[in-house]
Amino acid sequence: MAAINVSGLRKSFKGAKGSVNEVLKGVDFTVEKGEIFALLGSNGAGKTTIVNILSTLLKPDAGTACVCGFDVSKQANKVRESISLTGQFAAVDEILTGRENIILIAKLRGVHEPAKVADDLLERFGLLEAADRRVYTYSGGMTRRLDIAMSLVGTPAVIFLDEPTTGLDPEARLEVWKTIKELSNSGVTVMLTTQYLEEAEQLSDRIAILHGGKIIANGPLQELKQLFPPTKVEYVEKQPSLEEIFLSITAKGGE
Amino acid sequence: MKHTFILFGRSIKHILRSPDTIITVLIMPAVIMLMFVYVLGGAVKNSIGENVNYVNYQLPGILLMTVACGISYCAVRLFTDIQKGIFSRFHSMPISRAAVLWSNVLSSIVSNFISLVIIILIALLMGFRSSASILAWLGVFGILLLFTLALTWLAVISGLLAKSAEGSYIFSYPLIFLPFFSSAFVPTETMPPALRAFAENQPVTSIVNTLRYLLNSEPVGKEIWAALAWCFGIAVAGYVVALWAYKEKQPLFI
Ligand SMILES: Nc1ncnc2c1ncn2[C@@H]1O[C@H](COP(=O)(O)OP(=O)(O)OP(=O)(O)O)[C@@H](O)[C@H]1O
Ligand SMILES: [Mg+2]
Repeated sequence: MAAINVSGLRKSFKGAKGSVNEVLKGVDFTVEKGEIFALLGSNGAGKTTIVNILSTLLKPDAGTACVCGFDVSKQANKVRESISLTGQFAAVDEILTGRENIILIAKLRGVHEPAKVADDLLERFGLLEAADRRVYTYSGGMTRRLDIAMSLVGTPAVIFLDEPTTGLDPEARLEVWKTIKELSNSGVTVMLTTQYLEEAEQLSDRIAILHGGKIIANGPLQELKQLFPPTKVEYVEKQPSLEEIFLSITAKGGE
Repeated sequence: MKHTFILFGRSIKHILRSPDTIITVLIMPAVIMLMFVYVLGGAVKNSIGENVNYVNYQLPGILLMTVACGISYCAVRLFTDIQKGIFSRFHSMPISRAAVLWSNVLSSIVSNFISLVIIILIALLMGFRSSASILAWLGVFGILLLFTLALTWLAVISGLLAKSAEGSYIFSYPLIFLPFFSSAFVPTETMPPALRAFAENQPVTSIVNTLRYLLNSEPVGKEIWAALAWCFGIAVAGYVVALWAYKEKQPLFI
């Protein structure tokens, strides 16, 4: 059984003055258990819409979407028991502390020993020091890490990450990548959306490109590369990317 | 139920951590109470009788005004939760939709109860005295609870439908001023005919009169039924519309 199965998915939004914005025009894809699946697409392509449908927040107009074998429309509660969602914008309670945020989710999910779960996650995301500060004092990156940590409470079978690393500095991004890989190694299925091609390249077992309301390419990176004309050999001086420079300088500075 | 309780705990933490919200709520009714008692109280004596304790007379209206001020924060909190995506997070979890709403409603009731107790304490300092029995006090708080519940559902509707945080509490302004056009501060007989007709038939008057009778250990008569009918009516209508708004506003599954 596939972890996620989407077929013929359609969704339109009503725009201004009765116009209809057809966002998804028949989307099909499958994600196998334990895979990291990256959904690529430009702004407004409909990535968040797909994630919202799969996480039972939004009703599809047509087509079916199943998560862990449960239909998102008919067995929403079963789906909710199997998933966790990290939305595009951090959804954390700023009046509570980081620790309280995690404990809240742990209690809601009925996890054993919520306090211990919180300690583990805080440690894993480097938030132990800030754990007892209210979240409104956190930086954007810390908030995002807390947001992801909250989604890992109770080890759901499928995790949705909508642009998990947008707004993170390169180090935090590497940290999140590492966590995603660990999750996947432990058997969790991860579906993420991203605008960073490199992120998709680094992380995912399979990449799908959403464009014009449909999936126009879907496969492992190697396969996608073959869709392009054969590589020409050119001699170009290798310039370090800004990211490499940043990482090497900050690493030195930290010593 | 368990989820409602957990989420209620969260709401209560919010309230306890922002005592400024309770203070803000108290300022308006407290100032109006001071003003009416010390500035206008003497003048009003002519129409209500020399022997009437004016602190006692105006307290019921002030209590309703306190609730009207208090519920605005319920709307703001709800709006903020939706905007920050916290509702979405909860909705993607196996938690009943009702739990998310009811936890807010319950915490609104608790915070309003705190405000009401503080206002009554201030009134005591100003000379409020009541001969009411325990039973009558229970009646007073029962009606205030029902009134809070009714207005809280209006706050929920506003919080769900609002487009901005400021917009989410504007609805409470007319409610705050409603006691002025009732029997809360001056007898309705002293008002011009049109205003008097409005005042005598709006919910605040029957609720204020009932509270006044209860606090003075007088028989409540028919007035209490009108008061209860208004509270129940608004609560039920508010609840129905709130559920509708919840479904409409959120394209989520309920
Ligand atoms: N609730 C809504 N009401 C109306 N239109 C919407 C709604 N949600 C999304 N849309 C529209 O659907 C389209 C796809 O939006 P979506 O958020 O899914 O894109 P996205 O791929 O996640 O983009 P981004 O990279 O900017 O996050 C956009 O044109 C957007 O305006
Ligand atoms: Mg998006």
